[in-house]
Amino acid sequence: MAKRLDVSDLDIYYDKFLAVQGVSMTIEPRSVTALIGPSGCGKSTFLRTLNRMHELVPNARVEGKVMMDEEDLYGPNVDPVRVRRHVGMVFQRPNPFPTMSVYDNVAAGLKLNNKRMKRSDMDELVERSLRSANLWDEVKDRLNRPGSGLSGGQQQRLCIARAIAVQPDVLLMDEPCSALDPISTGAIEDLIVELKRDYTIVIVTHNMQQAQRISDTTGFFNLKAIGEPGALVEIDATTKIFTNPGNTATEDYVSGRFG
Amino acid sequence: MRKGQTVPPTSERTRTRGAPLSLGDRLFAGSATGAGVLILLVLAGVAAFLVAEAWPALTASEDEIPGGEGLVLYIWPLLLGTLLSATLALLMAAPLAVAIALFVTHYAPRRLAAPLGYIIDLLAAVPSIIYGLWGFSVLAPQTVSPSGWLAENLGWIPFFAGPASSTGRTMLTAAIVLAVMILPIITAVIREAFLQTPRLHEEASWALGATRWEMIRLSVLPFGRSSMIGGSMLGLGRALGETMAVAIVLSVSADAFSFNLISSSNVATIAANIALKFPESSGVAVNVLIASGLVLFVVTLLVNMGARAVINRRREFSGAN
Ligand SMILES: Nc1ncnc2c1ncn2[C@@H]1O[C@H](COP(=O)(O)OP(=O)(O)OP(=O)(O)O)[C@@H](O)[C@H]1O
Ligand SMILES: [Mg+2]
Repeated sequence: MAKRLDVSDLDIYYDKFLAVQGVSMTIEPRSVTALIGPSGCGKSTFLRTLNRMHELVPNARVEGKVMMDEEDLYGPNVDPVRVRRHVGMVFQRPNPFPTMSVYDNVAAGLKLNNKRMKRSDMDELVERSLRSANLWDEVKDRLNRPGSGLSGGQQQRLCIARAIAVQPDVLLMDEPCSALDPISTGAIEDLIVELKRDYTIVIVTHNMQQAQRISDTTGFFNLKAIGEPGALVEIDATTKIFTNPGNTATEDYVSGRFG
Repeated sequence: MRKGQTVPPTSERTRTRGAPLSLGDRLFAGSATGAGVLILLVLAGVAAFLVAEAWPALTASEDEIPGGEGLVLYIWPLLLGTLLSATLALLMAAPLAVAIALFVTHYAPRRLAAPLGYIIDLLAAVPSIIYGLWGFSVLAPQTVSPSGWLAENLGWIPFFAGPASSTGRTMLTAAIVLAVMILPIITAVIREAFLQTPRLHEEASWALGATRWEMIRLSVLPFGRSSMIGGSMLGLGRALGETMAVAIVLSVSADAFSFNLISSSNVATIAANIALKFPESSGVAVNVLIASGLVLFVVTLLVNMGARAVINRRREFSGAN
């Protein structure tokens, strides 16, 4: 539960293209870390190195170190599949398994992890996950209906329920609210704040107010220059980043005076 | 436009009704409609020809029909032979096609995947007479001793009741040849669907910590399911109508249908029977053959329409979004 991530000198490549260079940061457990920055600066790319999804792109690779507590995520004997079971991820667009029921969506990860779970244990975990995702009351009467029949905001909370059902150590979110209306966004923001009691949360967002509302720490990514790789400009307490940042580029970006 | 966002589907119907069309649009619309109508006309023409030519057989008395037991009893065993060989071919080809499609799309290294896809497609370009010759002279002799083994050890299963054919020109051999022949089309349809599995759905599995096979089970197979069915039915349609390969491979010596796959007494398939009998037929016998062709036409049409319906349903598969 809730582990610390320690990233040092991470260079991220797509084949020969260096997309992100020299990222070092510490992500505290039981906190929300927001990653902000202009489009194309490598926020998603960086996020996907934290659960080793990055290497699913052909020829993509990573140099540097990512520690999760005492474990080196890129160590020679580490199975990326196992890493992903401990580091959950929620995507920009809700992606429940369309042919599966609400119940089966939440149970999907559980079934991968533990093939012989008792039905009653499974029911309990599904309910607990849906409750944690603030979705239980809305779907408890239609657990057997397809997950794709829910509204966009409900689908996204279903995806969060699916991710937390396997009780990961870290939860990554890549613009989880950008496809949602303000009400659904509010529901998910509340949820994120609740979830940080148990999880380490890293969220990418383009919404400055959102970062301020929900995050404890904010990291600002930027391109060094056009054609140069993206890099972490600074990372600090959210209040500091938004009121008194250490870097003028950060100040320009958060105050909307960018570019 | 940031990546991850979709372009709203554009539709030809967004043009308001009655708005003036450009000359190019009108030409294109006209020729497309014309082509569509022409195809329907050809189809209707074929059907009309079959019905007209089959009519004398439908009205003929029992003893005018070859075999002397009437039209239905003449066509029925042939139809069963057709269905048996085609179904058997499908049972062999479909799982193999799924496996190949999965390998090409999700397992093979890129450098291997493309050539492999080509080779499978090339199988479709081999003329069916070649398959027939191959089945007759290469495959059939190879099946003789395994068939003997099957008859001896699994003879209690009606399919392998024996006695095993000594030439190997059996229903089993014919079905294997058919399976090879329909493999490319089934593989092509399924491969296409597997390639189109939305990345979003694949990533949903990866992010849960699925292995490659688990990802395939959770995301790729459900997405491709209707294409697997549709592709299989297209293959079935081809197997039903295949003529030359079956006519060459299958040794026809019985009038009664049996489920025995490895004996030397087999009924023909409808298409092979027409090819074999047509040259030496005259009078009502020709009409009888055409009537059997009409039956095959209807069955094949139904199978193909079913396949199309299943494949088209996938278009409405909106997935999560
Ligand atoms: N699959 C890929 N193959 C090659 N290059 C990629 C791939 N995905 C992203 N990139 C490149 O990596 C760089 C960083 O992209 P990334 O998607 O991480 O940016 P981002 O900060 O998440 O942007 P946004 O805010 O628009 O989501 C960009 O230059 C992009 O073109
Ligand atoms: Mg992104």
